[in-house]
Amino acid sequence: MREKLIYALGILGTLVMIYNLHTIFLDLPDEAMQGAVYRILFIHVPAVLNAFTFLTVALCTSVAFLSTKKFIYDSISVACIEVATAFMLVNLVTGSIWGRNQWGIWWTWDLRLTSMLICFLLYLGYLLMRPAIAEPTQRATMSAFIGIFAFADVPLVIMAIRLPNVRTQHPGPVLETGGMDPSFNAPFGLGMLALFLIGSALVLVRLHQETSRREIDSIRRELHAV
Amino acid sequence: MHAVAADRVWKYFGDYPALRGASLEVEKGACLALLGRNGAGKTTLLRILANLSRPTKGAVTLLGISTHTEEARRRIGYLGHGIGVYDDLSAVENLILFGRLLGVENPAAVAARALDRVGLTRVKDGLAREFSRGMRQRLAVARAFLHEPELLLLDEPFTSLDDRAVAVLQTLLRDARSRGATIIMSTHQIREAMELASHVALLERGKIVFTGPQTTEMLLDPGWLYRTYGEPQA
Amino acid sequence: MRSGLIAALAIARKDLRTEIRTKESLTASLSFSLVILVLFSFAFDLGREELYAISGGLLWLVYSFAGALIVNRSFARELPNDCLDVLVSSPAPGWSICLGKTVAAFLLLVTVELITLPFFGLFYNIAWWHSAGTLLLVILLATWGIAVIGVSFSAVTVNVRLRELMLPVLLYPILIPLLVGAIGITTALFSEDPQMLSANGISLQLLIVFDIMYTALSLYMIEFILIV
Repeated sequence: MREKLIYALGILGTLVMIYNLHTIFLDLPDEAMQGAVYRILFIHVPAVLNAFTFLTVALCTSVAFLSTKKFIYDSISVACIEVATAFMLVNLVTGSIWGRNQWGIWWTWDLRLTSMLICFLLYLGYLLMRPAIAEPTQRATMSAFIGIFAFADVPLVIMAIRLPNVRTQHPGPVLETGGMDPSFNAPFGLGMLALFLIGSALVLVRLHQETSRREIDSIRRELHAV
Repeated sequence: MHAVAADRVWKYFGDYPALRGASLEVEKGACLALLGRNGAGKTTLLRILANLSRPTKGAVTLLGISTHTEEARRRIGYLGHGIGVYDDLSAVENLILFGRLLGVENPAAVAARALDRVGLTRVKDGLAREFSRGMRQRLAVARAFLHEPELLLLDEPFTSLDDRAVAVLQTLLRDARSRGATIIMSTHQIREAMELASHVALLERGKIVFTGPQTTEMLLDPGWLYRTYGEPQA
Repeated sequence: MRSGLIAALAIARKDLRTEIRTKESLTASLSFSLVILVLFSFAFDLGREELYAISGGLLWLVYSFAGALIVNRSFARELPNDCLDVLVSSPAPGWSICLGKTVAAFLLLVTVELITLPFFGLFYNIAWWHSAGTLLLVILLATWGIAVIGVSFSAVTVNVRLRELMLPVLLYPILIPLLVGAIGITTALFSEDPQMLSANGISLQLLIVFDIMYTALSLYMIEFILIV
């Protein structure tokens, strides 16, 4: 049942993505100022929005684990954070490619890029710490703790990077100001959906892997005890 | 009201249950020897009683109140595997620190008295790191008995004690019993435990399979309990 | 509550006493700070203007490296002889253990920072005493943030493999907002540029928000870490 769900989500997400890419590359014209490369934004922005969606889920499940001590919540947390970190990396790489094309440089320390890099590092630390703790209950508890601290830092990071001593080169937010051409809305929405479906499929795969690993670990301990 | 009541306690490490519904009731003033093979869960159970670990399922009450309260912890003395004293503090500094943490009235006086009982008054200003092994063990015992706790939790206390430390511990345990304290002692050294114990419990693979007063049979042949109630060895 | 504060004070005194006796992390931290200061002078060969522009950053880099060394010891010193078990099983509530250790780490780190500061002024020719009051305030606020996060993470990583590596990996990203704020104000103070100073008023608020939020989180959540 679970496997069918994973396949369904994965295939659906891939199909939506392919359809979307088809639309983006063949139907939409080149943008006036940016040329062809603007198309990368249809992956760049949905990646970060999905990343934050999964991070929010991970926050809720981290709190849930600390309250209930049920391991399913820990497994969901780590799966969501892994997928979110991957999406943040996609965001950074696509942003870098876009920046190289538009500004001539692979990287710059502007507001959003810097905030994204810091958030990426925050959760990378979480992922690096997990394998270093052997005992599952301890690992889950420490991870939940770090996960909550990391999430609390995100608004502070955004606040800090807005401080006067940081330059800004990143283009302003487009979604809020409504400066985007209406014909972009559909591919954008579909891009969000595609990444969300693929991301969910990956979360479920990781969830299953984490649960199996715990079962094997407990069987091994059982054998040693006898 | 029981001194200690553990009601169907489960403890999971990951998916592995170290304790599987262990239930235990200990009367006030009893001295319980908690027996069990390695890996049975003795240390896990004692750590839960000492508030070092949370049970996954089940409840534990000490003297009628939950272990998680300050009130309960104030009345416990815990002696685990490690000696629990700071190497870089002197003997008296260690005991005054713990006295303050335990909320005793006059930490300095209480510390002095405790050092006297374990025979360390002469070296009270020496750093714990300079002590011999036996002296460190006696300091650990002084720490556990510092505030004359109503409930003593001792995890394999006689393991690796030298003769003098064993004698000190046995004296302190008898004194504690005579003032009505409850003692739970997990142990491998069945003989020493049986001499002091009034009750016995056997923990086997996370479950309490036997609990009851000590009998002459157990005293004469400590292995009898394992053979009668324990699981057959592979 | 009162007994919790007494316990916190006893634990803070114990940490300070053992540290003063052994001088383990104090010496390491101080030496490391001075070495880094010297190293940076070789890394950057700058004229006066550019030096002022990076002065805050330099100082807080040195302070954060020193800080990692000090907070790493915080819970690590409870490992020998299973002393952590004794602390946790005592009536002292989790928050008082965390508070006591944070106060001790804070005092140790401030000591290292205040000793390092004159050397910084000497090597880089920066007149830090002109706005000593505000500078001290920034140092105290930012150091409290480093101490409170560092001590909680020290509790998390105490049983983790490669603790000395894992603690900085977790610590520094979280501290970035705090450090950015502190660096901004410090650079403004050293440059004595009034425009910069007024623009950085909000940085002080950021430091305070950071401190309050993470102090509350740490004190509230430390029990989950200590009693698993």
